[in-house]
Amino acid sequence: MRRVVITGAGTVNALAHDVPGTWAAMRAGRCGIGPLDIADLDRLSVRIGGQVTGWDAAAHLDRATITAADRFAQFALVAAGQAMMQSGLVVGEGADCGVILGTAGGGLQTSDDSYRAVYAEGKSRVHPLTVPRLMGNAGASHVSMAHGIRGPVFTVSTACASSNHAMGLAFQMIRAGALRAVLTGGSEAMLCFGGIKAWEGLRVMSSRACRPFSRTRDGMVQGEGAAVFVFEDRDAALARGAEILAEVVGFAMTSDATDLVAPSVDGAARAMTGALADAGLAPGAVDYINAHGTGTAANDRTETAAILQVFGPRIPPVSSTKAMHGHLIGGTGAVELLACLMALRDGVIAPTIGFEEADPDCALDVVPNVARQADVEVALSNAFAFGGLNAVLALRRA
Amino acid sequence: MDLQQRVIAIIAEQAVLEVSDVTLDSTIESLGIDSLGLVEAIFAIEEAFDISIPFNANDPAQSGFDMTSVAAIVDAVQGLVAQRAA
Repeated sequence: MRRVVITGAGTVNALAHDVPGTWAAMRAGRCGIGPLDIADLDRLSVRIGGQVTGWDAAAHLDRATITAADRFAQFALVAAGQAMMQSGLVVGEGADCGVILGTAGGGLQTSDDSYRAVYAEGKSRVHPLTVPRLMGNAGASHVSMAHGIRGPVFTVSTACASSNHAMGLAFQMIRAGALRAVLTGGSEAMLCFGGIKAWEGLRVMSSRACRPFSRTRDGMVQGEGAAVFVFEDRDAALARGAEILAEVVGFAMTSDATDLVAPSVDGAARAMTGALADAGLAPGAVDYINAHGTGTAANDRTETAAILQVFGPRIPPVSSTKAMHGHLIGGTGAVELLACLMALRDGVIAPTIGFEEADPDCALDVVPNVARQADVEVALSNAFAFGGLNAVLALRRA
Repeated sequence: MDLQQRVIAIIAEQAVLEVSDVTLDSTIESLGIDSLGLVEAIFAIEEAFDISIPFNANDPAQSGFDMTSVAAIVDAVQGLVAQRAA
């Protein structure tokens, strides 16, 4: 089997519009969550989010692309462009390369705007490109076209685990020798009236802040943005002298098969154990876990129990960066993989900010509020989705 | 049907029980309603009475409304309906 490495990374999120800026913010423990600026805000009870501010699509994309691309696809395009630039990957004919991206809402902004136009404003027509803008695979298709990637190109949609499932598949396909390189990660732009209104209904959102693992936590806060990586066959990367950011060594996915929204210890624990087994690593080898850590009462309690079950006496530091960039839903695992890369490359563990008070149900070292220097050789990234779907990636220092 | 009967009917439907099986003393837990079921019941009550109950499933205490028993829910709805009328 082939080995798989990461040779490029790009992102747009609430913390920054690139990777260096995101790492600087994570290192500083800066919060990107703030008051939302969207239409009909006065009819929402949740008015905060990790919104991408100062987004100037025209600074990155040509006019025709902007017209054709929903916000989630624009984020994917820009993040992918950064990753390709850093990687220096030569696509060539492109049939041995792929694009696998995660998203949960797809072009939700386009749907929201179009529904508003026909239902609320009484208009009789919508923009001719409404369908190609809102389709879930739009981000992957745009990235494919921008870089001439002509192999497998598709989108994975597994709610909050979408990105991890996408990156796990990319890893498996390269490892199996089916592809030389894959642009993979995820993107989401759900911060519109309908997107937030739907989440309000579940009554799991905080109107104050995201405080993962803190006793005072009272729910999740949504974010938006994208992160895209170049996953590449290690031999090919070495042969062309590419800089290797980290190695992807394991992946596992499980299903709870119990409840649509309530998380399960068993499903989460099996996903972590599975990723370690896939990587041929013992639990004791893990130096950092980037938690799913949504800041809901149920997730953080259940995830803690699963981590205790898997790691027993030696529990590594665990942090949730959602308190900084918000929960990017289908894009979240991708942005959170950046925290793993920072830990592996720079020896800096991003903190869990917003932490106020220890919770006996979350008895973990959550790296509260302040980043920490640490020697991190192996990192895990957890994603546990509604629908009971779990996906965990294991990374090793290059 | 008075307010109490309407609330009980909504809760009974959510619990998949006969109305006669739901009393003021019943707790949400004893009726077998899980957290998502409670969220659905609250939604149905809000729609029925045109009120808004600021209930957060992460921190039920934060809303200031006790949603653990049928009697407490009836009290809360009575209060909110009176507020709306005022």
